[in-house]
Amino acid sequence: MITPALRGFVLDASVEDGVDPAQDVPPAVLTALSQAFTSVPDRGAARTRRCLFLDTFDWRLYRAGLVLELEQARGGSRLLLSKADGTPQADQAVTGWPPRRPGLAWDMPAGPVRDRVVVLAGPRALLPVVKAAGTVGVTRLVNTDGKTVARLYAENLSVTSPAPSAGGTTTAVLPFRLSVAGVRGYPGPARKVVGLLAALPGVTHASQGVFAAGLAALGRHPAEHISGPDAELTADMPAATAVARLLLRQLDTLEQNVDGVLRDIDTEFLHDLRVAVRRTRSAIKLLAEVLPEDVAAHYGAEFKWLGDLTTPTRDLDVHLLGFDATAGQLRAAAPADLEPFRLFLHHRRAREFRRLAAALRGPRFRALAQDWRKVLLELRDASARPGAGRRRRRPLAAAALATATTGKAFRRIVSQGRAITAESAPESLHNLRKRAKELRYLLEFFAPLHDPHAYRKVVGDLKSLQDCLGDFQDSQVQREELQALAAQMLAAGAAPAATLLAMGEIAANLIDSQAAARDDFARRFARFAGPAGQQRVAVLLAGPGQDKAAQEKTAE
Amino acid sequence: MKIYATYNIKGGVGKTTAAVNLAYLSAAAGRRTLLWDLDPQGAASFIFRIKPRVKGGGKALIRGTRTLDDAIKGTDFDDLDLVPADFTYRNMDLLLGGAEKKAVRQLAQLLEPLGADYDHVFLDCPPSISLVSENVIHAADVLLVPLIPTTLSVRTLDQLTEFVGGFDGRRPDVRAFFSMVDRRKKLHVQITQDLRAERAGLIASAIPSLSLIERMSTERAPVTAFAPRSVAARAYQDLWSEISRIPVLDIRDILMAGGGGHGYGENAHRNRRRGPGYRCRGTRHQDQEGHGQCRAAGNWCADRAPACAGPAR
Repeated sequence: MITPALRGFVLDASVEDGVDPAQDVPPAVLTALSQAFTSVPDRGAARTRRCLFLDTFDWRLYRAGLVLELEQARGGSRLLLSKADGTPQADQAVTGWPPRRPGLAWDMPAGPVRDRVVVLAGPRALLPVVKAAGTVGVTRLVNTDGKTVARLYAENLSVTSPAPSAGGTTTAVLPFRLSVAGVRGYPGPARKVVGLLAALPGVTHASQGVFAAGLAALGRHPAEHISGPDAELTADMPAATAVARLLLRQLDTLEQNVDGVLRDIDTEFLHDLRVAVRRTRSAIKLLAEVLPEDVAAHYGAEFKWLGDLTTPTRDLDVHLLGFDATAGQLRAAAPADLEPFRLFLHHRRAREFRRLAAALRGPRFRALAQDWRKVLLELRDASARPGAGRRRRRPLAAAALATATTGKAFRRIVSQGRAITAESAPESLHNLRKRAKELRYLLEFFAPLHDPHAYRKVVGDLKSLQDCLGDFQDSQVQREELQALAAQMLAAGAAPAATLLAMGEIAANLIDSQAAARDDFARRFARFAGPAGQQRVAVLLAGPGQDKAAQEKTAE
Repeated sequence: MKIYATYNIKGGVGKTTAAVNLAYLSAAAGRRTLLWDLDPQGAASFIFRIKPRVKGGGKALIRGTRTLDDAIKGTDFDDLDLVPADFTYRNMDLLLGGAEKKAVRQLAQLLEPLGADYDHVFLDCPPSISLVSENVIHAADVLLVPLIPTTLSVRTLDQLTEFVGGFDGRRPDVRAFFSMVDRRKKLHVQITQDLRAERAGLIASAIPSLSLIERMSTERAPVTAFAPRSVAARAYQDLWSEISRIPVLDIRDILMAGGGGHGYGENAHRNRRRGPGYRCRGTRHQDQEGHGQCRAAGNWCADRAPACAGPAR
């Protein structure tokens, strides 16, 4: 056990030179410690260290400030969860984990680590990120009575990346690491060791744990996973450049998820791919004025094809992800009645997934991704060239495009929403949901250009409206799908009566939740589109620092 | 947490060497182990190279101005810690007596907070019958009595058994083992054989009289650590193998096993010897439903009730 606050030290090459394999510790270190202690190598305690660090594809644990380590030893493996600074959080013994193929977090063996990880990882798989292996030498530091009063651990580790990133390396050797463990009842000597080590030239306090050091050495960084707005977007940037950049970002996200979809690692790869497609389609539609004329029509249709291609698999994923929760809500039927339905969903999903995978490996998708990138790169470079946009008197700036399109999208929602009454058909709410999504995407695209405070308020209102519209529409869609799936199960002779009855009960529950969402719509829409909501949008569109001016204008 | 105490009214019978080696073997088996050197001579502390000094002395521990946890020192061995001796322990009788009249459970109370930290605690006691020994006997689950095979030693065992038998309430399991046995002495061989035939509950393993055991004070380590394959080490290993099989019930074992039953309340700890299938120490207990009584110490409880009343089996 490493004494807390005696985190560790890293040695640079000058000190590392001449490590005597019999001693495990560089001679310079031993000489420094000999002022106060006698060093005794503890051969029996020396060991090899093999560990694997895991995280989700989108670094959910890292972003929560946690590190998940699988320590592999001959006697059995242990899962250790710690904070980024090394403070232990939970640990548990595991056998036969992880599986050869990346496993979902909720398939981890039961224990305190799983309990913490599942909450953060949700439906995602845990992927190996960094492997570390090497030797750990132990030196006992003894006082004049011959009593061990501290222990020095010397780690000589190399790291490998199971999935190297572009430009990164696959293997790297970490700098020699030393750490000090105090012996209970002897805090003074441990502090003394730390003092002597800290004073040694070439020895520095370790600012990172093995995981962070391994990531750095392998050239990997969580930022390689693209998410969130493009921080480099500026208000003065030509609008075409901004649009090209944000569309390139969506294309990067899309391509980044393709491998995970094809390997069917977890359902979120397909979800994230679909979000990138939807964002791309919205951008093509709403920001068409800065795109070449023929581009919008052609690629709009191509991305619609891609979106439609992914829908059946995702719909089945949604059914399966919420299956247990849905089954748990049954009152008349028993959850076991639904098992044939689950089996049917799995079969259907496997079939739809094969179709999807074939298309993603096919020439049409490859050509779409390649050509689209080419178009966007040309647009970005051409618009950034001096003299570009000279046909306009003043080239349109990113901020102006953001204001115009966001304002227009907002006004459209207000007018469509106001037309919805209690008698309106479900399609009217579905259409409003699509408009709300478009506004949300526009807000997210141009987020770096907005005042963060005003942005959060508008997005908060919009999110509340979207949740309500989403509940309404999802209930509608799922009910229709249930009916279609029940018909297919009947046709396939795979529908026992008990299962159909249970599916009927689910459909009835969906009607209830849809009705609840419908009842809540008026209140949420009023909050979003009422005078206060309009005021918040006005402040947002007035630009950073314009709150007062916008308020005065609205007051007039 | 199981508490073992090596104790004998007589001195020089191998209490410290037994405590040191048994504690080491317990730790080597992966059990978190604490050894408390209660003998002011500090022989166990010396063997582990730890200075026989406790800040504030025995007085601070007994009066509670310093917790036992503060006094603990790590030994050179994994999972083995030690509370060192202190010369003020020579006055421990006075310190214990000063708190209240006949305070016989104070050591047990001092150890109680360490229940979650250690699996096994060994108490290395000074010789004599005193308030300290009474405290030790009240705290211990198993009283290990090293016995040199001589007539006088057998007499002291009788005295001790009688002394413990006179206790009200819970009593430790008294287990004697032969120590410092010299096979060249006829008397040793004779008494060892006779006593084994006469008395049940005597531990079969015996510790021979060997110079290697005496070398512990020069090597400053348990013989089981510096000469693990020696005859002496093997004798201690056999002894530990027998002792570790003595059933001792820990209240936490009952609670973790979900053995709520009736009466597992605040008295549960006090009644911890009266669990399922374990040897009953209580002589005058009756369970809450009034089922019978168990008057003879050493009976086996068949009942899960904390107040033992089950038929002896």
